[in-house]
Amino acid sequence: METLILTGNHAVAYAVKIARASFISCYPITPQTGIVEKLSEFILNGELKAVFVPVESEHSAMAACIGASLTGVRTFTATCSHGLAYMHEMLHWASATRLPIVMAVVNRTIGPPWNIWAEHGDSISQRDTGWIQLYTSNHQEAFDTIIQAYRIAEDPDVFLPIMVCFEGFVISHTAQPVTIPNQEDVDAFIPHEPWRHIIVDVDNPITHGNLQMPEDWFYEFRYLMHRAMEAAKEKIIRCSIEFEKIFGRNHGHLIEEYKCDDADVILLSMGSIADQAKVAVDVLREEGYKAGALKLRAFRPFPEEELRRVAKRTKCITVIDRNLSPGKGGALGSELKAALYGFKEMPMVMECIAGLGGRDVTLEEEISLLKQSFRMIEEGEEPSGIKWLGLK
Amino acid sequence: MSARKIFQEASEEYVLPGNSACQGCGSTLALRWVLKALGNKTVIVNPASCGCVYVGLYPRTALSVPYIQMAFAAGPAAASGIVGGLDVQGKKDITVVCWAGDGGTADIGVSSLSGSAERNTNYIYFCYDNEAYMNTGTQRSGSTPAGAWTTTTPLGKKESKKDMAFIMAAHRIPYVATSCSSYPIDLYEKTKKAKLIGGMRYIHILVPCPPGWRFDTGLTVKIGRLAVESGMWLLYEVKNGIFYLSPPSRRILESPEKRVPVKEYIKAQGRFRGIDEREIDLLQEMIDKKLEKAAKLDGEPLFF
Repeated sequence: METLILTGNHAVAYAVKIARASFISCYPITPQTGIVEKLSEFILNGELKAVFVPVESEHSAMAACIGASLTGVRTFTATCSHGLAYMHEMLHWASATRLPIVMAVVNRTIGPPWNIWAEHGDSISQRDTGWIQLYTSNHQEAFDTIIQAYRIAEDPDVFLPIMVCFEGFVISHTAQPVTIPNQEDVDAFIPHEPWRHIIVDVDNPITHGNLQMPEDWFYEFRYLMHRAMEAAKEKIIRCSIEFEKIFGRNHGHLIEEYKCDDADVILLSMGSIADQAKVAVDVLREEGYKAGALKLRAFRPFPEEELRRVAKRTKCITVIDRNLSPGKGGALGSELKAALYGFKEMPMVMECIAGLGGRDVTLEEEISLLKQSFRMIEEGEEPSGIKWLGLK
Repeated sequence: MSARKIFQEASEEYVLPGNSACQGCGSTLALRWVLKALGNKTVIVNPASCGCVYVGLYPRTALSVPYIQMAFAAGPAAASGIVGGLDVQGKKDITVVCWAGDGGTADIGVSSLSGSAERNTNYIYFCYDNEAYMNTGTQRSGSTPAGAWTTTTPLGKKESKKDMAFIMAAHRIPYVATSCSSYPIDLYEKTKKAKLIGGMRYIHILVPCPPGWRFDTGLTVKIGRLAVESGMWLLYEVKNGIFYLSPPSRRILESPEKRVPVKEYIKAQGRFRGIDEREIDLLQEMIDKKLEKAAKLDGEPLFF
């Protein structure tokens, strides 16, 4: 075990190395390139035994990972923004083929205008592709979640690809201490044997992906994918618990609660904003407010029951979305409301958009937002529309 | 090599009865000879094309080698992944193949194909060229020849056919060849040769298509032969950059009496019904010039 000062990108590269991914295919895009540059270095100096295929597009990067995963090897790629959007078709292909591919998404805005900074809109717009989406808030969590992702994805009850998401520059290009576990412990945590459903096998030839008529099995295949997503909830929770036993760290399961037990207002968010929210809560607690912070780790599968369990105990959930569906609002706010609707004793939900295009979301803004939420419940007001933090 | 010898050498059939190809399909015919040459240790990636349909409906298949259906633009990249995955596991004796149509090759898949060639990926890419989007009902592709009717060129295509074999040769890959489903010995031998070479190999096969080209289903072999005998389709290899005419094409150059006027090829197909006599004369002139150049190129480097 050792502790290194690493950027978020390098932390992920170290995680991929220690997870012994043996096939990597990537296309450069800012702010992801640091991951693949470091991995190339690891391969070149012999620290990582892997095939690296420098493809000509992200569409091809995912297609190459699909091809390699079909042969039963552990694969990795990384991208973001326009690259992730370009991959869209192959994201469906990977998940419907039920391949345990792990991908780092260094969340970045989609243009125009060109903008390379942090936003969750890129991965959120891939919500319905059948990928598990885990959002991380700091360097160590990004590192640990890559390792966890292989364990979850390769579970035969799951067999779905996973995006491990973290924000560009905020995490990718800043440095923090990251504890690197022992190789043996990681090997034991995610032993890799080629999975049961290797598809490319000349000794057991099958045709994969054949045409289906409406009365055949397509509908049932999609039902099974949904079931696997549902099953993944328990697997993600168990994985976090097992991980803590061996490595001594827990970043939350599907969600992470911070001082939520007696909170009247809870700030719900994802990524780095959720880490900062803990500081805002501490400030408010000192001033006598019963505030709490809630971090959503798994956006897919969506933790409806877990959110309802926390929601029951509070008066208001204030949601910050670093993404926007124009004409509706933020994805997390919308999905939270859908999860709460129709159940008894559900709190008010205040929806906010913040930090689009990498606009800084400050601690002061989070504090002020929480105070507004308290004022609202004290005065018995209802939320009126979506709040835009820091709008000029 | 004779056809009888192929049957002796490769008696196993990999394209099985019960496939759902159209009657007279040139593509399945070509695949039959290709797989006889490659044998059972072969993995095929098939991007969207007729090949997605003629293998049959799940859970049945008409092929006895692994056959991976792939998104339209993703064939070469997926093949690169399979090559890498097998390589890292030390599985060296498997031939990876991408079996794609002309739309998947010349249009939507050209970026992925070019990328895999530039990386000299260790696989064989076959383009089975029926000169239009036949699986979706005959729409023009970059590989449709000038003058051909398609549903999106009702008056005949104005533009020329994209020369994919030359484009691939310009990538300086070790082996490029053209062939035709009507020439099983040529196709079989070129495939066997390609199998023994490492790196990126590209074989472009002209496959006549009865419903798309508008001819009787019994004439597939005949139409392919007319394409080659008229010089409309040239059979050649580019080995390490050197251009070599293949025997069927060299024959019509060496023995002009064996050459067929292109008019016979044109008139045999309904898709060229909009071409008039003047245009046929122009086409004949172009072919004459092409053959003259090809004769000069024979045995010479194709590029600088």
